[in-house]
Amino acid sequence: MRSKTKNKDRALIERVHMPELAPEIRVKYQDREVNMGLQLEQAQKEATRCMDCANPTCIEGCPVSINIPKFVKYIEKGDILKAAATLKETNALPAVCGRVCPQEKQCEAKCFYVDKMSKNSVAIGHLERFAADFERNSGTSNIPETAEPNGIKVATVGSGPAALSFAGDMVKYGYDVTVFEALHEIGGVLKYGIPEFRLPNSIVDFELDNLKKMGVKFETNYIVGRTSSFDDLREEGYKGFFIGSGAGLPRFMDIPGENSNGILSSNEYLTRVNLMGAATESKDTPVLKGKNVAVIGGGNTAMDSVRTALRLGADRAMIIYRRSEEEMPARIEEVKHAKEEGVEFMMLCNPLEYYADAKGRVKGMKLNRMGLGEPDASGRRRPMPIEGSEFELDVDLVVVAVGVSPNPLVPSCLPNLKVTRWGTIVVDEEKMQSSISEMFAGGDIVRGGATVILAMGDGRRAAENMNNFLHQSID
Amino acid sequence: MNKIIEKEYFSDKVVKLVVENPLIAKSRKPGNFVILRVGEDGERFPLTIAGADPVKGTITLVVQIMGVSSSKLVALEVGDSITDMVGPLGKPTHISKIGTVLAAGGGVGVAPLLPIVEAFKQAGNRVITVIAARNKDLIILEDEMRKWSDEVIVMTDDGSYGRKGLVTLGMEEIIQREKVDECIVIGPAIMMKFASLLTKKYAIPTQASLNSIMVDGTGMCGACRVSVGGKTRFTCVDGPEFDAHQVDFDEMLMRLGGYSQEEKQANERYLLKL
Repeated sequence: MRSKTKNKDRALIERVHMPELAPEIRVKYQDREVNMGLQLEQAQKEATRCMDCANPTCIEGCPVSINIPKFVKYIEKGDILKAAATLKETNALPAVCGRVCPQEKQCEAKCFYVDKMSKNSVAIGHLERFAADFERNSGTSNIPETAEPNGIKVATVGSGPAALSFAGDMVKYGYDVTVFEALHEIGGVLKYGIPEFRLPNSIVDFELDNLKKMGVKFETNYIVGRTSSFDDLREEGYKGFFIGSGAGLPRFMDIPGENSNGILSSNEYLTRVNLMGAATESKDTPVLKGKNVAVIGGGNTAMDSVRTALRLGADRAMIIYRRSEEEMPARIEEVKHAKEEGVEFMMLCNPLEYYADAKGRVKGMKLNRMGLGEPDASGRRRPMPIEGSEFELDVDLVVVAVGVSPNPLVPSCLPNLKVTRWGTIVVDEEKMQSSISEMFAGGDIVRGGATVILAMGDGRRAAENMNNFLHQSID
Repeated sequence: MNKIIEKEYFSDKVVKLVVENPLIAKSRKPGNFVILRVGEDGERFPLTIAGADPVKGTITLVVQIMGVSSSKLVALEVGDSITDMVGPLGKPTHISKIGTVLAAGGGVGVAPLLPIVEAFKQAGNRVITVIAARNKDLIILEDEMRKWSDEVIVMTDDGSYGRKGLVTLGMEEIIQREKVDECIVIGPAIMMKFASLLTKKYAIPTQASLNSIMVDGTGMCGACRVSVGGKTRFTCVDGPEFDAHQVDFDEMLMRLGGYSQEEKQANERYLLKL
């Protein structure tokens, strides 16, 4: 392909724009995707931009090491199914990653265009999504090859991105893999957390189906350590465990009035709407609706919450963040989408107290304004309260999205498991192996809070190293 | 899995279900709860386990019809299965030999109290149990309680059975009569509040099992948060039992009403559909 078009001509093509559903339409639907995906010609043209570098740095930027030039060049050639198969060689969830990965901080940040030419990178994320969607819509789903079954049973605790990525690789190595999930649905944060306007549940289900076809078994309503003990499972023949139980406990700010009704964690708000379908009348799970909704925090979860509030009918949906927009951890795309939809951004503001009505429902809050001081431990400028800047705001629903702590449920069942003082599981950073040798771990239970793709990278590394470990201990 | 093996009406509104789930039957301890979901449109809700038979592989649940979810659960018949059930959740009751235990149960709270009474008795304690309800029809599990208690006092609000008066009246008589080393109370939040105020007056250590609103039940959502000793705790993973004297029951009562309007509307829709 390299000779077909000159690099100079490839570089002249402008980066493709992702077609989007118009803001005034999309805010009416919780379940209609904002990004609509590329058409074939758009994708092929974008793929042409890729220069198929001899030393492709983009791959280094991908936590699951997708062979990016290879799949992109298949798109350029028009062999989209082969592009999709290339993705699946190393990525169990390409249609998910093509939608929710922060590519601009990973593969795309390492693209030759960005690195050497100060131009917009190849839209690797959009192309990944295109190839995965094309395959799904073609009805000819290619199931990756798996090794001859070796009869060795391994289990995952949790069914989020880390565990699914681990399961996909282990089943390829030939293991008998069972995924244990506490909730009634498989998918973890992909189902309860990320809203359907960013990641439709049907797409998650399709990728789960692929894993099922590869031989991965799924058990819902099952808490390893509680429903059965680890020892029970060892007796049943399980030789290895991957703990991907995620970030459990939502953090609150511990300020007066925070336990009033109408103040909830982003986990609760999003779980009610995404997992339980609370926005649909036929579903029994209720969700509180607000006219003036404040979402506290500046991450992707905060963006998901505030945009959900808009879709559920808020007149004012506000992001309240104690630093400035520059320091916000949310993806730029999510911030852009939120702004287009009418979300108000109240930067450099910090909640101090909530007020409730006679029935205990929140009706207002007190905040103060912040200035930025010297950089703190995170490298971002430290927010400092400005004296005398207090003000009040009418709110009838508050969603607190200031982070999560690791889920204590699994570590509490394993007294010998080494955990940090924050409750995350201690692992060897290369191997993802915990202090209990046949237990590996990854994702938020190790990192405390990260992205889907970093969790998936952990799962892959854990699979590779558990495979080596189990072979050594069995040989 | 989760097949209903036995169903018994204690009254119009209170039903006992024996449900097949060998894993939970084996692993549950007194004080644990499960999260259930009935039907694909159902919500997740907690119920404290009222007993288990590890040999038969069953657990016992006692449910009072309150709204849509409890109605849907009670509408299931023997042979039907509960769509989803996960557990055992929560920290089990701390059981040890301490002397005399006063157990107080109100309404359907008597059901989860039963395995705790049994465990305290088997640990060698003297156990005195007060069971209370609005009227005779709502008094449940009296015979079972008698089996594991040294003494059982029945109280009804209207005097239609046992003694007339609130649970606290029966409790206070015992406390004044003999030395009580520990109390455990389970029932409606308002009952636990007043039982707790009573035992606080006599400085008797008291545990209360809280019935907060929950979604996942595994620590994830924070809907069940409650103030204990001025600190926010999660009922699902830190509880469900807490030092009753430290619990802010007024806040808990307020939080239990957090979805009352939505619950009422949903129930009206449900009744209309029937």
